[in-house]
Amino acid sequence: MAWTWFHRLASPPHIYRTAGRLTPWFAWPAALLIVAGLIGGLYLAPPDYQQGDGYRIMYVHAPSAWLSLMVYTIVAVAGGIGLIWRMKVAHAVAAASAPIGASFTLATLVTGSLWGKPMWGTYWAWDPRLTSELILFFMYLGYMGLRAAFEDVQRADRISAVLAVVGLVDVPIVHYSVVWWNSLHQGPSVMYLGKPTMPPSMLVPLLVMFLGFTLFFGAVLMMRLRGEVLLRERTATWVREAIRT
Amino acid sequence: MSEDPQAPSALALARLMLTRDLKLASRKASQLVQPLAFFAIVITLFPLAVTPELAKLRHIAPGVVWAAALLSSLLALEFLFRDDAQDGTLEQYALSGRSLTGLLIAKTAAHWLLTGLPLALMAPLAGAALGIPNAALPGVLASVTIGTVTLSLIGAVGAALTLGVRRAGALLSLLTLPLEIPVLIFGARAMKLAIAARPYGAPLTLLAGLAVLGLTLAPLAVAAAVRINLE
Amino acid sequence: MSDSTLKGENVHLWRGDRHVLRGVHFSITGGHCLQLTGPNGAGKTTLLRTVCGLSYPEEGRISWRGTDVRADLPAFHAQLAYLGHEPPLKLELTARENLHYWVGVRRRLSKAGIDEALERVGAARWADRPVRTLSAGQKRRAALAGLTLMRVPLWLLDEPTTNLDTEGQRLVGRLIDEHLAEGGLAIAAVHHELTVSAQGLRRLELQL
Repeated sequence: MAWTWFHRLASPPHIYRTAGRLTPWFAWPAALLIVAGLIGGLYLAPPDYQQGDGYRIMYVHAPSAWLSLMVYTIVAVAGGIGLIWRMKVAHAVAAASAPIGASFTLATLVTGSLWGKPMWGTYWAWDPRLTSELILFFMYLGYMGLRAAFEDVQRADRISAVLAVVGLVDVPIVHYSVVWWNSLHQGPSVMYLGKPTMPPSMLVPLLVMFLGFTLFFGAVLMMRLRGEVLLRERTATWVREAIRT
Repeated sequence: MSEDPQAPSALALARLMLTRDLKLASRKASQLVQPLAFFAIVITLFPLAVTPELAKLRHIAPGVVWAAALLSSLLALEFLFRDDAQDGTLEQYALSGRSLTGLLIAKTAAHWLLTGLPLALMAPLAGAALGIPNAALPGVLASVTIGTVTLSLIGAVGAALTLGVRRAGALLSLLTLPLEIPVLIFGARAMKLAIAARPYGAPLTLLAGLAVLGLTLAPLAVAAAVRINLE
Repeated sequence: MSDSTLKGENVHLWRGDRHVLRGVHFSITGGHCLQLTGPNGAGKTTLLRTVCGLSYPEEGRISWRGTDVRADLPAFHAQLAYLGHEPPLKLELTARENLHYWVGVRRRLSKAGIDEALERVGAARWADRPVRTLSAGQKRRAALAGLTLMRVPLWLLDEPTTNLDTEGQRLVGRLIDEHLAEGGLAIAAVHHELTVSAQGLRRLELQL
């Protein structure tokens, strides 16, 4: 049957081994790209004519912001797959991803407010993007809180998946309503990316950082997924064998 | 599905659910009064904490009324499914052969009638106390009436998700408040425009849009969450 | 209802780390009652909840009249009545009102029908008192009245005799007997002996 690969893919020992094998394939390119991106962004790229060196925090801020959203999408999609096809591994992916996504969201908030100090003269100015990022952070906290509230892992998986899917529908609505709200109050807003005028010497390191951060997420996800699978299968014989070796 | 001629029609079923919840509520009215009293108390805090000057209060009134409405609707959620889950009524609904989604929509509608609508009727009163001119009160009423529909729907999702959680209060607010932020933004905006005697149809339309979206999607999530919690 | 067969094949279910149902098999046909026995924690309640589709078996299947119940759960639910540990009654409503709102979701009820059902379980005298004021045994009887009102072929009963006096326990046996005589089926998890006529009784012992 065409489904056999699907079942093998979903079997915990297989996931555990595959995730272990894949980890270095994510980790090393991620490390190389992030080092290259940092060198390119912090030394080689010229200072901005308006923001001076202040803009350089963008090399951490923008990729974190991208991942904060991407990981939430992964959590919701994996949860939805787990819900519909009763695939436990999908739930494990969601459970392993959420804390990483929350960390990226926190990193976005911290770097954003550090950036705000020289730009706005204050660490926090209710900038629309940072505000919706803050709301996203609350949504991550809610998701993880709901998960933690259940002792039964399977119930936690399925209940939190419903929340993640609802949240995924709501994230764009929250974002656009916050942008709309901000446009009414003409609050401070900073151009994160200098749009098309950004010279290649600035843009290329940024793209490298985007790729590097995404691969870094992949590596951390693989490691956390292994832990998650071990935790869920702790009574299975293959786990005892895997731990012994 | 059920070709049983004995089975009540969808309409009769909705009426059965509504009359049941209204009757139950009438026999424990204090549960309904408490969120309203809470709403009134929160409103009272602001003149005491900020200033009794109506001209200044008028400025913050939309935010105060909406934040109080959000919090008080959160309190009212405690009663939405909890009793029915504990005594096994929800289980009987899930096993009735009728659409659980449909039954839960009726339940949520009853909840809005019992908690959302009274809140909306109180909002102009609270608004007047905060210095909102009389001419703007219809706008206050409209914005809270439409907004509480969405609050009831999102709240129902939160209540269904936390059915199996003991002392879920803080978690429930962490789950539902971020989802409700668009309602707060559009609702407060409509009120602000009404106070400024400017047309407030646009944010009201957006509020109504949220309500329609909530009405189509939230019941599915509520039914899914209830089923999982009954498992 | 000659083809009424409820069948469970190789039903497995885990609760977290616990393998609660380990390959349960059973099969009953119209006119029979399956008595589930076994120590606390052996999975009697879990099996009942799995049969009625509240819980999802990881392996195996439950079939009703030859088709997997998962294929059309609402249609299957329309054929069954489930009574759990607690009678599903609202304390603020009277027994009569409870039946009206509880069973009324499934079928249209006449006042005479409700009266007859209450009479049958000996509840007529206190049917108009709020359930809050009733004893545990009286609540149980009111729940049994609801069960008979549903008019469905399959009864799933979790400890139906709890809190009942000997008269009440005989009542449960009588109700089940009458149900079986009409070609109905029942699965009952019980600690005490059921006073059901022996020829209709089957047993399934669940182990810890």
